[in-house]
Amino acid sequence: MSAPTTARQNDRLGREKPSPRPRRPHAATHRSFLRAVPLLPAVILLAVFLLGPVISSFYGSLTDSSLSGASAQDSRFVGLDNYSALFADADFPKSILLTLLFLVASAIVGQNVLGLGLALLMRSSNRVVRSLVGTLVVTAWVLPEIVAAFAAYAFFNDSGTLNNMLGAVGIDGPNWLYTLPMLSVILANVWRGTAFSMLVYAAALQDVPPEITESAEVDGAHGWQRLIFITIPMIRRSISTNLMLTTLQTLSVFTLIFVMTGGGPGTDSSTLPVLAYQEAFQFGQLGFGTAIATIMLLVGAVFSIAYIRVLKPEVD
Amino acid sequence: MKKSFVSILAVGAAATLALTGCSAGGGSGSESDTIKVAYQKFGAFVQVDNHMKAVKEAFEAEHEGITVELVPIEAQENDYATKLALMNRSAATAPDIMYVDTFRVQPDSDAGYLAPLDEYTAEWSDWDNFYENAKSAGLGSDGKTYGIPMGTDTRALWYNKDLFAEAGLPVPFEPKTWQDVLDAAATIKAELPDVIPLNVYSGKAQGEAASMQGFEMLLYGTEDTLYDADSQKWVLGSQGFIDSLGFIEDVYQGGLGPTPEQALDKNVGNLVSSEWLPQGTLAMDLDGSWLSGTWIDGGTAPWPEWNDVMGQAAMPTQEGQAPGATSMSGGWTLAMGADSANKDAAWDLIALALNKENSQAYDIAASQIAVRSDVSEDPTYQEANPTFGFFSEIVEFTHFRPATSDYAQISSEITVAMEAVMTGQQTPEEAAAAYDEAVIGIVGEDATTSAE
Repeated sequence: MSAPTTARQNDRLGREKPSPRPRRPHAATHRSFLRAVPLLPAVILLAVFLLGPVISSFYGSLTDSSLSGASAQDSRFVGLDNYSALFADADFPKSILLTLLFLVASAIVGQNVLGLGLALLMRSSNRVVRSLVGTLVVTAWVLPEIVAAFAAYAFFNDSGTLNNMLGAVGIDGPNWLYTLPMLSVILANVWRGTAFSMLVYAAALQDVPPEITESAEVDGAHGWQRLIFITIPMIRRSISTNLMLTTLQTLSVFTLIFVMTGGGPGTDSSTLPVLAYQEAFQFGQLGFGTAIATIMLLVGAVFSIAYIRVLKPEVD
Repeated sequence: MKKSFVSILAVGAAATLALTGCSAGGGSGSESDTIKVAYQKFGAFVQVDNHMKAVKEAFEAEHEGITVELVPIEAQENDYATKLALMNRSAATAPDIMYVDTFRVQPDSDAGYLAPLDEYTAEWSDWDNFYENAKSAGLGSDGKTYGIPMGTDTRALWYNKDLFAEAGLPVPFEPKTWQDVLDAAATIKAELPDVIPLNVYSGKAQGEAASMQGFEMLLYGTEDTLYDADSQKWVLGSQGFIDSLGFIEDVYQGGLGPTPEQALDKNVGNLVSSEWLPQGTLAMDLDGSWLSGTWIDGGTAPWPEWNDVMGQAAMPTQEGQAPGATSMSGGWTLAMGADSANKDAAWDLIALALNKENSQAYDIAASQIAVRSDVSEDPTYQEANPTFGFFSEIVEFTHFRPATSDYAQISSEITVAMEAVMTGQQTPEEAAAAYDEAVIGIVGEDATTSAE
């Protein structure tokens, strides 16, 4: 082990000695360090508010910290015990599946497809329809999450708006929040989040030069072909950004589900954030809850990397 | 690259140090002329709030220069415990005095949230008036006193005599077995389809109310128990556990209770006491001795006729085995925060809030069973509520929750099993097996024993 190191050091020394410019690399480092000084406040802020919580969350997930009892005072380092308990827990795979279902159905399919569809349709509609639809869709986005959650609860509740409307046309609606909890929260999240995607796509579509679409039309491309071969590739970067933002936002949706179903009945709508809350703050096992939160962080990271890789937003 | 990573770490470390400095500085800055009192106030439960407001006034008149800051926490029982624990985690937010359930005294004292009170009780002449079993409910695992009891309670079946008569059931109702209770519920369902026959608190949303008023009222009436106090082991795999879950299944899957959705609403406790029982839409309710506190003069939903309409029956054992009936007892205490900056004044406030006169006023207002002999022997107390006699009598059958630090977590697992059964997601056997596994995960295999 030591022999190659010495050889390399000798080599380096031998190279540096005859060099006529020994100070230059030093000066360059010095200069680049000076140039980095203005970045320091930003780096400090990032470290304190982003890196700090991530590290402390990861460390917390390796302890048996709890809200009460002896381990609230001196929590012990338990290694990967929380993770092995988590993977042995039958609720956990179910919760992962529910989270992915919620993510795919409400964010990737629901919000993105509906948002793009609305943006496309609004481009070719008249001004009255455009402003009317725009206002209605954006209203859900403007509402604070807790208000939107209560509105959705009132809508899907057993004696709520939806069942009253169905009752008016003679249909006896099911108890949505109890029998179809996932469908209810997915629809609620689509309702709430579509406006964001619609706004992003409406802005992106404005940047597609009309002459390209027109020349494709001249070449005989139909509506669908123009959408798939011209429009979508040209707004690829917006799609990637939007997918990433809606995915990360949906992954952390808590209030909506907690207010509407409380993660129930049983565990039928316990996505990862609800499960983490339940373990940490209802059952008092902070370490265990933090382990779930860390897993959530990983799921988000995996999706982000996938989007960046597949849609390559930086290359044009 | 390496250098920048190192510098980020250094910056992170510096920032962490700076932040730690801040929080340590914040801790010692609390004002010692303010006494912060934290307690629960939720829906129909306002008695502690009223009591503390009165005590605050009396205390401030007596102690010039000291302000009592009341911090009512509006949350359901388990959420209250969570919020209180979070307050207690930092000296800057920790209250000086708090309202603590007896079963949380041990874990909270182990967590270092509470201050031992022995040196104060030693010089407190009133302390001799407290019953011994009530005193022991405020002990921590180290044998020191951490909580001064405010009152205790028992649990039984409340039933609506008018609805029973309407359904052709005998009044007074004297069930001998679980089957008698279920049969009465089935009769009500058949005769009075608009009435909810029986409410048994169940599911995660009800927290401790589900484990104690619901599950343990059943389990302690079987041949089995939750915890073997002699060997200090948790009992797993018992038939009584499965049968108790079976009762929950019969009630919720058999349509004898509220719909599972109603039962899983955090607010159901308030609905039961303020609406369902007074309006005659619920026939039987397995609930606590304090229930009438909502209906008496000064309660949140006064109901002058309550004593004519509502009857009480002791909860029978499963097959009617000796002693024929069962009950559970708990109660709440006032405790002092470990980091209180003015412990002497805080103690004076506790002693004032729980002296003879104030204990009696609280026990009457909140329909509590007195824990001071001078209160329970006082004719004013005895005559204040016609149900005090009944609920004091069933103390002879009563049980207490396991006095261990792990109980709070295990209680949560009981509510998980109840919810799985009441929603039909698991059979009682499956839910009991999942519970066994969860308990082993909490206390370890060595602290458990098999029922066989």
